[in-house]
Amino acid sequence: MMFRPKTLKSLFLLVLAAAMLSGCDMVVMSPSGDIASQQADLIVWSTILMLLIVVPVIALTLWFAWRYRASNKEATYSPDWDHSTRLELVIWAAPLAIIIALGALTWVSTHQLDPYRPLSRVDEGKPIPEGVEPLVVEVVAMDWKWLFFYPEYDMAVVNELAAPLDRPITFKITSTTMMNAFYIPALAGQIYAMGGMETKLHAVINEVGVYDGFSSNYSGHGFNGMRFKFHGMTEADFDQWRAKVKAEGESLSYGVYKELEKPSEYNPVHYYNNVMPGLYEKIFNRCVDPGQLCMKDMMKGHKGHQMMGHGEHAGHEQAAMPAGDHHGH
Amino acid sequence: MSEQFDIVKLIFGRLTLESIPYHDPIILGTFLVAATLGLALVVAISRAGMWSYLWNEWFTSIDHKRIGVMYIVLAFVMLLRGFADAIMMRIQQAIAFGDSTGYLPPHHYDQIFTAHGVIMIFFVAMPFVVGLMNYIVPLQIGARDVAFPFLNNFSFWMTAAGAVLIMASLFVGEFAMSGWLAYPPLTGILQSPGVGVDYYIWSLQIAGVGTLLSGVNFVVTIVKMRAPGMTMMKMPVFTWTALCTNVLIVAAFPVLTAVLALLSLDRYMDFNFFTNDLGGNAMMYVNLIWIWGHPEVYILILPIFGVFSEIVATYSGKRLFGYSSMVYATVVITILSYMVWLHHFFTMGSGATVNSFFGITTMIISIPTGAKVFNWLFTMYRGRIQFDLPMMWTVAFMVTFVIGGMTGVLLAVPPADFVLHNSLFLIAHFHNVIIGGVVFGVFAAIAYWHPKITGYKLDPFWGKISFWCWVVGFYLAFMPLYVLGLMGVTRRMSQFDDPSLQIWFQIALVGAVLIGVGIVTGLYQYYASWRKRDELRDETGDPWNGRTLEWSTSSPPPQYNFAFTPKVYDNDAWWHMKANGFKRPTTGFRAIHMPKNTAAGMVISGISAVVGFALIWHMWLIAGVSFVGLILATIIHTFNYKRDYYIPHEEVAAVEAKRGEVTA
Repeated sequence: MMFRPKTLKSLFLLVLAAAMLSGCDMVVMSPSGDIASQQADLIVWSTILMLLIVVPVIALTLWFAWRYRASNKEATYSPDWDHSTRLELVIWAAPLAIIIALGALTWVSTHQLDPYRPLSRVDEGKPIPEGVEPLVVEVVAMDWKWLFFYPEYDMAVVNELAAPLDRPITFKITSTTMMNAFYIPALAGQIYAMGGMETKLHAVINEVGVYDGFSSNYSGHGFNGMRFKFHGMTEADFDQWRAKVKAEGESLSYGVYKELEKPSEYNPVHYYNNVMPGLYEKIFNRCVDPGQLCMKDMMKGHKGHQMMGHGEHAGHEQAAMPAGDHHGH
Repeated sequence: MSEQFDIVKLIFGRLTLESIPYHDPIILGTFLVAATLGLALVVAISRAGMWSYLWNEWFTSIDHKRIGVMYIVLAFVMLLRGFADAIMMRIQQAIAFGDSTGYLPPHHYDQIFTAHGVIMIFFVAMPFVVGLMNYIVPLQIGARDVAFPFLNNFSFWMTAAGAVLIMASLFVGEFAMSGWLAYPPLTGILQSPGVGVDYYIWSLQIAGVGTLLSGVNFVVTIVKMRAPGMTMMKMPVFTWTALCTNVLIVAAFPVLTAVLALLSLDRYMDFNFFTNDLGGNAMMYVNLIWIWGHPEVYILILPIFGVFSEIVATYSGKRLFGYSSMVYATVVITILSYMVWLHHFFTMGSGATVNSFFGITTMIISIPTGAKVFNWLFTMYRGRIQFDLPMMWTVAFMVTFVIGGMTGVLLAVPPADFVLHNSLFLIAHFHNVIIGGVVFGVFAAIAYWHPKITGYKLDPFWGKISFWCWVVGFYLAFMPLYVLGLMGVTRRMSQFDDPSLQIWFQIALVGAVLIGVGIVTGLYQYYASWRKRDELRDETGDPWNGRTLEWSTSSPPPQYNFAFTPKVYDNDAWWHMKANGFKRPTTGFRAIHMPKNTAAGMVISGISAVVGFALIWHMWLIAGVSFVGLILATIIHTFNYKRDYYIPHEEVAAVEAKRGEVTA
């Protein structure tokens, strides 16, 4: 009996220690982007805070189980003792104190690391350099591949993503059909990609490398193949990559897009240039086909009065997008 | 020609011979094994001449004790199915690396992980918990049955009908390939035109009716049928947690029914609640399903908290520490469980304020939960702890659950959730609390109340082997998943590129195999104990020196539970009675008014299953006819006036006298 609870715990510790020591690549705990690094730190601090109470509880459980075993006649036995106001206070106050601390940490960090919030730095102690505009990438989750638009450069890429180091990236994310989640663990936390809606993510990559990106929300038959490589590059390499995309790219016309839109799996990397104007906007407003009414225009009729005022603002608002209402500006 | 075709279609809908996956060797093999075992069982029952016994004493029984046992048997059967799915997934993930695609194509693999989740939650965990409440609650409150005995039987059969439908999907057609909560737009008619999602919808709708009615039944039973003297604050803690759980059921399950009804409107009648186009929005579904789904996890765990409270006090030979703080903690958890649902989708793009609100409410739940853990701790403190099997499960639970709770609170921190959501870390977390909490608790409860249910104790040898396999197996199977989650591995993958992950999946497979051994030895334990039942027999009715009223009855209790309704003065009513020299009455028995068995529950549920099956396959004719039959059967049942009978006082006196002899 004596070894049982101990075995449990040592087993747990052993597994954790093995994980740390085996040198396996815990990308979530040692990422290469500033946002993901802050998220990893948060995991560590929250865990430490909770261990303050969890470790004593486990230790007490094992100790009491051992100490007050029936065969130990030396231990005190008080069968009718069932209340102590002082203990009750501790019992409720101790978790409360931890949760107050953790709650404060949560409130602050959730606002600081809100994916919609534009970055205020590119790395620890490194503010955003003057005049650097974020790189905008428009992300479309399709069945079952990723399409990335680089509006600044009039190009698009299937299943490959690259960004220069230390330049803030603004991802605008939508989907053609299924709900997916856009996730590059080395860069930043995930966010859902949903049809007819746009979500946003601000992030920055700080180290050169090739990282895994994928969908982290199951989206059907081809889900497993929705993987891509994300390249963190120096400015020069990024320019080169850009030139390559432009040079090798196929023109992304309406016809080419319709072909791409059909469900397919394990798509190889493919480059496009000369992107059909406003294609991303049309995808997310669900009006790629000629003659379809865009969702943002549908909204005009219904709530144009109270929500968007008239005319000129409507175009900037994100249509049918509760997720983005308070972030859109 | 075309006319004939239409008739076939009217009758069989979209069901054709092609719908039966006889070309899949895995399913064919499973079918052959299942059919052989089923046939063997039928033959064995027939040869033993047990059909009329089963029919009269069990299937049509409205005795809460019999129904409780049937729920638990159903849960064990479905546990085997759910575990078979689990081990198939573990094998697939352990071998599908690099060029190997494993042995399961996505079409099959995706059905398996969906079925595993649905079965384990709805048809294993729920029947276990409902079965326990069924058996124990009326005994603990000194009642002779539940408030609506027929409804109880009907609830069970509706749950069983749902289980039958989900099992049918294995051999006729396919199951949903959607994940256990069937998020649209993936489950919309455009993306999932097959029958899988319809199987999902109708099996849950039918079982859901059973669960909801059972919830109503228990709320009324606990509120109205407590023995005199048992005020709310003198109810045993298990009954308290059962009350809270059933309040949760009554409040939460209609939301599930509604959201699944909306999804069926989308699928059957081209509505657009959750589509991408025409104003539909899948986020509405995700919110609604979790408004049911989060309370659901508390529906499962709260009664288990009650179980552990009973066990800790009994085996420590001590009053439960902090009874009232335990009750308040339960009530607070009940209320808070409605205010946290959004933490299941922080990544959907809500603002920072919304996310932190739901993150913090989630963390607040850990305060009453923590208080409960401390209360169990201080119940052990200065006790005389007997380490029988139930207490072993309890200590394993306390250590394991605290770890699972910690990772849960970690996931409640939104920015941490952004990197851990949908990863294997999440999978590890909820198995940590569901296995380490609910499953350990169910086995503890069965070991604890087994002598009450059957009249003999469980054989500890096989029980301990099963215990160790489960506990060690759990850690081996799920700790690697925490590690994999931190390595950025997402859930529901059927194949991997990175070879460095493989070792962790292999360890997890070993753990799953060990859990399998735990299940088999656990089942063998019941058989071995039955073989040795004379040796293990408990004549006293109170083998553990129990504290609550169920231990005042014989084991198993007579049909009417209590010849005289007990009077309650203390929250440990039986302990108090024993301490004050309780003498069993030997005279003055009176006839006892009891409800009568009926087949109506089985009939109505059977027809419901037919309606469901017909709707799944678009067999409109059968659906229409059987629906009319369903209504008729219900109406006919209302004309059944032979619903009750009296157990004559001579019979009561005889039963009680016999009990007097053995305990004397």
